[in-house]
Amino acid sequence: MKFTLSWLKDHLDTDADLQTITDKLTAIGLEVEEVVDPSAALAPFVVAEIVSAEKHPDADRLKLCQVSTGTETVQVVCGAPNARAGLKGVLARPGDVIPATGVKLKTGKIRGVESQGMMCSARELQLGEDHDGIIELDDDVSVGVSAAEALSLEPVIDIALTPNRVDALGVRGVARDLAAAGIGTLKPIDAAPVSGTFDSETSVAMRLSGDTAHLCQHFVGRTIKGIKNSESPQWLKDRLTAVGLRPVSAVVDITQYINIDLGRPLHAFDTAKLSGDVGPRLASDGEKITALNGNDYTLTDAMLVISDDVSAQAIAGVMGGESSSCTEETTEIFLESALFDPITIANTGRALGIVSDARYCFERGVDPASTIDGAEIATRMILKICGGEASHLAIGGAAPDIGATVSFRPTRVGQLGGIAITADAVQEILKRLGFAIGNAESEAWQVSAPSWRRDVEGEHDLVEEVLRIHGYDAIPVEPLPRPAVAKPAFTDDQRRAGVVRRALAGQGLSETTTWSFLSSAHANLFLEGSAPVVLENPISSDLDVMRPSLLPNLIAAAGRNAARAMPDIALFEIGPRFEGSSPGEQTLMAGGLRAGQTSPRHWDTKTQPADVFDAKADALTALKAAGVQTNRLQIGAAAKAGAPSWYHPGQSGTLCLGPNVLAEFGALHPLTLKGMDVDGSMVGFEVFLDRIPKPKRKSGPARAKFSPSSFQPVERDFAFLLDEDIAVDDMIRAVRSANKTLIASVDLFDVYAGDKVEQGKKSVALSVRLEPVQATLTDNEIEDVSHRIVAAVEKAVGGQLRK
Amino acid sequence: MDQLEQLREALLAEVAGAADLTSLDGVRVSALGKKGRITAMMKGLGGMDPEARKSAGQAFNVLKDEVATALDAKKAVLEESEISARLASETLDVSLPVRPVTEGLLHPISQTIEEVVEIFAPMGFEVAEGPDIEDDFHNFTALNFPPDHPAREMHDTFFLPRQPGGTRHLLRTHTSPVQVRVMQDKKPPIRILAPGRTYRCDYDITHTPMFHQIEGLVIDKAIHMGHLKSCIIEFVKAYFELDELPTRFRPSYFPFTEPSAEVDIGCSRENGELKIGAGADWLEILGCGMVHPNVLSACGIDPDEYQGFAFGLGVERIAMLKYGIPDLRTFYDSDLRWLRHYGFAALDVPTLAGGLSQ
Repeated sequence: MKFTLSWLKDHLDTDADLQTITDKLTAIGLEVEEVVDPSAALAPFVVAEIVSAEKHPDADRLKLCQVSTGTETVQVVCGAPNARAGLKGVLARPGDVIPATGVKLKTGKIRGVESQGMMCSARELQLGEDHDGIIELDDDVSVGVSAAEALSLEPVIDIALTPNRVDALGVRGVARDLAAAGIGTLKPIDAAPVSGTFDSETSVAMRLSGDTAHLCQHFVGRTIKGIKNSESPQWLKDRLTAVGLRPVSAVVDITQYINIDLGRPLHAFDTAKLSGDVGPRLASDGEKITALNGNDYTLTDAMLVISDDVSAQAIAGVMGGESSSCTEETTEIFLESALFDPITIANTGRALGIVSDARYCFERGVDPASTIDGAEIATRMILKICGGEASHLAIGGAAPDIGATVSFRPTRVGQLGGIAITADAVQEILKRLGFAIGNAESEAWQVSAPSWRRDVEGEHDLVEEVLRIHGYDAIPVEPLPRPAVAKPAFTDDQRRAGVVRRALAGQGLSETTTWSFLSSAHANLFLEGSAPVVLENPISSDLDVMRPSLLPNLIAAAGRNAARAMPDIALFEIGPRFEGSSPGEQTLMAGGLRAGQTSPRHWDTKTQPADVFDAKADALTALKAAGVQTNRLQIGAAAKAGAPSWYHPGQSGTLCLGPNVLAEFGALHPLTLKGMDVDGSMVGFEVFLDRIPKPKRKSGPARAKFSPSSFQPVERDFAFLLDEDIAVDDMIRAVRSANKTLIASVDLFDVYAGDKVEQGKKSVALSVRLEPVQATLTDNEIEDVSHRIVAAVEKAVGGQLRK
Repeated sequence: MDQLEQLREALLAEVAGAADLTSLDGVRVSALGKKGRITAMMKGLGGMDPEARKSAGQAFNVLKDEVATALDAKKAVLEESEISARLASETLDVSLPVRPVTEGLLHPISQTIEEVVEIFAPMGFEVAEGPDIEDDFHNFTALNFPPDHPAREMHDTFFLPRQPGGTRHLLRTHTSPVQVRVMQDKKPPIRILAPGRTYRCDYDITHTPMFHQIEGLVIDKAIHMGHLKSCIIEFVKAYFELDELPTRFRPSYFPFTEPSAEVDIGCSRENGELKIGAGADWLEILGCGMVHPNVLSACGIDPDEYQGFAFGLGVERIAMLKYGIPDLRTFYDSDLRWLRHYGFAALDVPTLAGGLSQ
C-alpha cells in the first residue's frame, strides 16, 4: 500500500520527519518496503512554456516549438498532439537523464531540424502511465522553477500489509496506528450525514436471503444528480498519480481516493444506464459481464454481483461493470457502499484472476462502520468537486455488530511477552488503538474491539497489540534455560542417515539434491506397473509425479552433466521415494549412480567404466555405515530376490537380511536409459534406510572383550571347480560354515572359466585364514579343517577340489 | 717372518683391488677359507716347538684379524657403492601426477541443516521429522488457517488427487505440520527442530517448487518472547560466525503464532555486494512467534497451562547468505562443477568445538 507523507498528514498531526515515521511504521508491524522519492530523479528538469508551436517543415505530425525557461529559449521538435503555444510543461535538456528509459538526452536533428530538448510526458518522467501527450501544468505555475516543485512531488511510502491488518487498509488506519504508537495525534474526520434533498429514484434491492443473506448484510446508496464529471482537480490527480493510479474522471477518482484514504471501496453507477433498482445477488451459473478492465467474465452461482432489475452491473467487491460505468458525459450517479463477505470476495477474485484495490480490502475485511461513513464522506467530496444534489441515503440491511468483546488478563502481557508493562500503560495503549475497556479493576478486563478490528478474536490478539505498540525492541532478552550437557539431538535413524551421507562422499560420490517429483514418462520406467503418485496441479508436465525411486532424477542429472562434457560422474542423494498419496507412504532412501569411467585417464592406472561391482561396493559402503554387519547379508540375484526390472537382469542384485531387502544394485537396463534419453552405460544402487534393523543398544557402548590369539595363524589356499551358474557367495558361506570359530576370513583371489577347465565349469580359488584360540594348530587339525571345508563346499554347491 | 709379511701385503693388496662383492668374497675364501693361505700356514704350526708355535700363532692371529677387518671395511664400501649404483638406475620423475582419488562432496543443504542442528543441540533441541505428503489438518487446520482464509491462497499448495472418500492430501507447504505431529505425540516440555523438504507451486528466480525449511518449537510452562529473542539472536550470531550481529524483531503475521515477528539481521550493500554484519541495511532472515493458543488446543495441549514459541527458516536462503551462493535454482541442478565449488568435504563435520565452517 502506497501513500505520501502529506496524505498521511491529512489524518495525522505530527512534526515527525520521514525517517522517524518510517522507522516507527516498521516497528509496529507496518513494514516499510520502500520509500521512493521521485523528485530526486527529476532534479534537473524545469518548468518551461511553449512560446510558439509551428508545423515542422518536413513532417505533418511534428511541431517546431520555441520553448522558454525564463532565462533562455530553446528550439524543440515535439510530436505530442497537445503541444501548443501557451502550454506550460516539463523540459528536458541535453544531458538530462530521462527517468523512464535511463537514457541521457542529446541534441539531435529530427527530420533535418535541430531539437535542443524534449517536452516530457508523464510516463517519461515515471509519474504515471500517460503517454498520449506532454504534461500540462496549471497556468499559475512559474516558468523556470524545478519540475519537482511544480508537480508537488514528494516521497512515496510503500508498506507491506500482513493479511491480519484490516485496520490499516487506508491511510487513516495507518495514521491511527502511528498515533497509538506516539507519533502525533489523529485528526478528526467529518463523516456527518449529508442531508439529502429528495428520495433516491434508484433504490436498494436486497436480492439475498436465507443462508446467503450474510454475504452482503449492508448495502447503501444514493442518487446524486446534476453533477459535472470532468477532470479531477490537480491535487487529486497528483495524489492518485503519486501512488500509481491513473486519474479517470472526478467521480471515479473520488471513489479511488476514498478506497486508499479510508480502506473503503465504493462504486458509482451512471443511473442513465441502469434499469430499476440496484442491489446484491448471487450470479447465475454462466452469467456474463464485461468488467471495467474491458475483459469479459463468466460467473458462477458462488459469486456475488451488484445487479439492477435486468442484469449484473458489477462483480461485487471486485470490479465494476463497463455498461453502467461513469464517463465525462455522466450527469447523474448512484453511489454505492456495501459490506461483502470476505471469503466470497477472495474466492471470486481468485477464480476470475482479478486483482483490484476493492478486492484487496474486502477479502481482508472492511470496517463495517465505514459503509455509511464512507458514503457520506464521498458524497460530500463529490458535491464539492462535481456539484449536484444528493438524495437521501437508500439503505438495505444493517451494519453487523462485528467488534468482539474479549476477556483479557493484563498479566498475560508479561507472561507471554516476558516484559513488565504496567496495567495503566496497557490500558493506555489499548485505548489509543480504539479499544474500550470495562471491568478494569478486576483481574480480567472486558475489552471491546472497535469496528475496524475485525481480526480481534481473543486475549492473545490483545497481547500482541500491546507488545507491538510498546515495541518488540523493548522486550528484554532472557536466555532459554538449557541443560548442563545436552542429550543427542538426532535419533539413531537420523544419525545413521548422516553417517551414510559422509561415508558415500568418502567413497567418492558427490551428494546432490533433486526434486521429489519428475515426469510421468520417467516415473513409469521405475514403477513396474504400480500406479504413479500424480500431482493434481503440477508446476509443469515435467514434474507431475512423485518420484518412485531416486534413480531417475540421478540418471537425468548424469545426462545433463554429460551434455556439459562431464560424462564421468558419481552422484548420490538421500531422500524420500513415494509409494502412495497418503501421509507416511514414503521410504527414506540412499541412492547413488555412477556413469562413465571410475577415474580419469592416468599414466599409471587403467581407466575402467563403472560396473556392477562399483555399485555393489557403494551399496555395501552405505549399509556398513548404517551399522549393518555386511558379512551377514545374502545376495539376491536373477530369479531369487533379484533387482527390479530397471536394472540389467544379468548384472544386478539385492542385498538382503532374510526376506528383508535392504538394497538393490546393478547396471541400469539399457532400455531404461534409452527411455530416459541418456547415452552410455550407468550403474546405480538404492539402499532402503528405513528397512535397516534398529541398532541394538542392550549392553551400552562397551565393546566385547578384546582377546587376540597368541597362537600362529595359518593360511591355506583352495581351488574348487564349480558349475558356472553357482553363486560364489554360496560357496564362501559354505566355507565359513565349516568351522566358525577357527576360520577368521575367506578371501577369494581368482575366478577362472576357459580352456583350462571343463566346459560349463569355473575354477574359484580362495585363501582361508585360520586363527586358533586355544593352542597352535597341529598338522592333523589343519588337515581336519581342510577336509571339512572341502566337504562343505561339495555338499552346498557341488564343488570339487582341484588337485 | 718375511713370508708372513709378504702374505700380508699380498692379501691386503688383493682386498683393496677387489672390484665387486663377488671378487671380494673370492679374496676372503682364498685367505681365510678352509683351504686358504692363512689357514694353510696355520696348519704348519703343529710341527713347531711350543715357544715358536706360541709366537708364530700370535703373529698368524694378528694377520688373520687384520685381513678380516680389511675385508669387512672393503665389503661395506662395495655394498654402499653397489646400492648407489642401483638407486642411480631407479630414478623416477617424481613430478608425475599421483594415482587419482575421486573425492566426493556434500551438498550445501545437508551441511547447512547439520550446522543449524549443531547450534541448537546444546540448547536441548531434538530433531523431529514428518511426512512430505500431508493432510489438510496438519498443514493448515491445526495451524489455525481458517478454511478459505487468504493465507491458504498465499501458500500455492500442490495437491494430490481427491481420494474416493473425499480426502485430498497435499505436499506440505512448510515444516510446521511437524510441530503438530510432535505436540500430538508428546507431552511438554518440548524442544524440537524439524528440517525437511517443503513444496510450493511457484517457480521463478527466487522460488523453486521444492525447497527446505527448518522449524523450531519450544513448549513449556513459562516460555516467553524474551526467550525467543535470545534463542534467535544467539542462533544467527553462531550461524553466521560473527561476534556481533544486529538483529531486529518486527511485528508480523503468521496464522499459527501470535504475537508474531519477522527477524532482520544487519547487512550492508555496497557496490552490489551483500555483507552480513553491522551496516546500513536490514535483511529478513526468519519468521517466528509465540505459538497461537488455537494451535496448542488443536494438538491437545492446554493453552492455559503451556505456552511457547516457534520459528521457521529457509535452509537455501541461509546457505546462500552464508556461503555467497547467488542463485537458488542452482541448488537442484546437480551440476558437478557447482557441487565441487560449493560442496563440503566428507570429513568437514560442523561442530561447535571445531567451528561450524572451515
